[in-house]
Amino acid sequence: MELFSLGIRSIFIDNMVFAYFLGMCSFLAVSKKVSTAIGLGAAVIFVLTVTVPVNWLLNEYVLKEGALSWAMADLASVDLSFLRFIMFIAIIAAMVQLVEMVVEKFAPALYGALGIFLPLIAVNCAILGGSLFMAQRDYTLAEASVYGFGSGTGFCLAIVALAAIREKLKYSNVPNGLKGLGITMLLTGLMGIAFMSFMGIDL
Amino acid sequence: MSAETLEKAIEKKPAEALLSKRRKKLVTDPLVDENPITIQVLGICSALAVTTQMKPTLVMAISVIFVVAMSNFVISVMRNTIPSRVRIIVQLAVVATLVTLVSEVLKAFAYDMYKELSVFVGLIITNCIVMGRLEAFALGNKPYDSVLDGLGSALGYSWIILAVAFFRELWGSGSVFGIPVFDTISGIFGPDFKLATNGLMVSPVGAFIILGLIIWVQRTKTGYVEH
Repeated sequence: MELFSLGIRSIFIDNMVFAYFLGMCSFLAVSKKVSTAIGLGAAVIFVLTVTVPVNWLLNEYVLKEGALSWAMADLASVDLSFLRFIMFIAIIAAMVQLVEMVVEKFAPALYGALGIFLPLIAVNCAILGGSLFMAQRDYTLAEASVYGFGSGTGFCLAIVALAAIREKLKYSNVPNGLKGLGITMLLTGLMGIAFMSFMGIDL
Repeated sequence: MSAETLEKAIEKKPAEALLSKRRKKLVTDPLVDENPITIQVLGICSALAVTTQMKPTLVMAISVIFVVAMSNFVISVMRNTIPSRVRIIVQLAVVATLVTLVSEVLKAFAYDMYKELSVFVGLIITNCIVMGRLEAFALGNKPYDSVLDGLGSALGYSWIILAVAFFRELWGSGSVFGIPVFDTISGIFGPDFKLATNGLMVSPVGAFIILGLIIWVQRTKTGYVEH
């Protein structure tokens, strides 16, 4: 039950986009068509679900203060947490590469659909943000997995919703200076207000 | 090769002035006409989250300026030795090292600020401006020019997030840089007069709307239209 509420919370209340501004770059750049937005959203869910637990293992057994004590008793005083950024980003880049190869081998159609988005996910703030939040909040392995999946789903939901609105927006008469980025920011703000209504739910 | 052509090849061009017209443009262009946030749509990701107050925003801006300028310099120095197939991971390693440096310095000398910025210092790594400048400029230009280009982009980014923070702090908390403005104004007009703050400005929604409006004003001024 605890895990379930964590999942719901990470999708709606602590939404990556609306509460923490994470992944804004691709959120704005890839939200012009619903079909591509779904592709990117699916890729983000997948990569987050894989990388957050893997980074949890890395953090728990290598990087944390005293984490290396399982290898040698002398190493119990070693604190490698300053290496967190560089190790997390390396794991993410490697996992993305791996996912890319697996998808290319076993699902060529999906690989074609995702195209350039898959490698670009390595530098999506939402992915690194997920891992850093996981480390900061001291989740357990199960919580980390649920959190990774939940926040990926939240991002997917947000980008697909925005893409749907922007498709309709093509037919409206927007002032010149607001076209494109400006109106999208205002839209994101309004969607954020809608998502704020979930904050009252106590899980 | 004849001696004549050889001489021609060796002949030196006169050194370019330290701040020639071209180099000045590298710094000033990203401030308004080529602004990374409002025109190029880069780097909106991580930094908006810290713009509820001016002070953390200023720290964030300085960190980004340092990281962008230094990583541009390092990559530009190494640009001829990096194999293009692994360049992304090399760039990420350089940027992550610089960000770790910033984070450790903050932890040592400004622990409160470090706590307040929390994960968002680390997220400078994935700030699109950093990677964007490395890919678009530092990989093909000399170190000094790259530093100037990095400074320009980072400054263009900084003034936008500082502007967002100014309005959010003023309207959301009624202060600027922690100095109470609304209370002072209310004090002048007596106890019955009170300026109200807007809670929406403190929440993320405020940042989206303020940035949207700043983009509108800025693009109307420069006449840039996105199609």
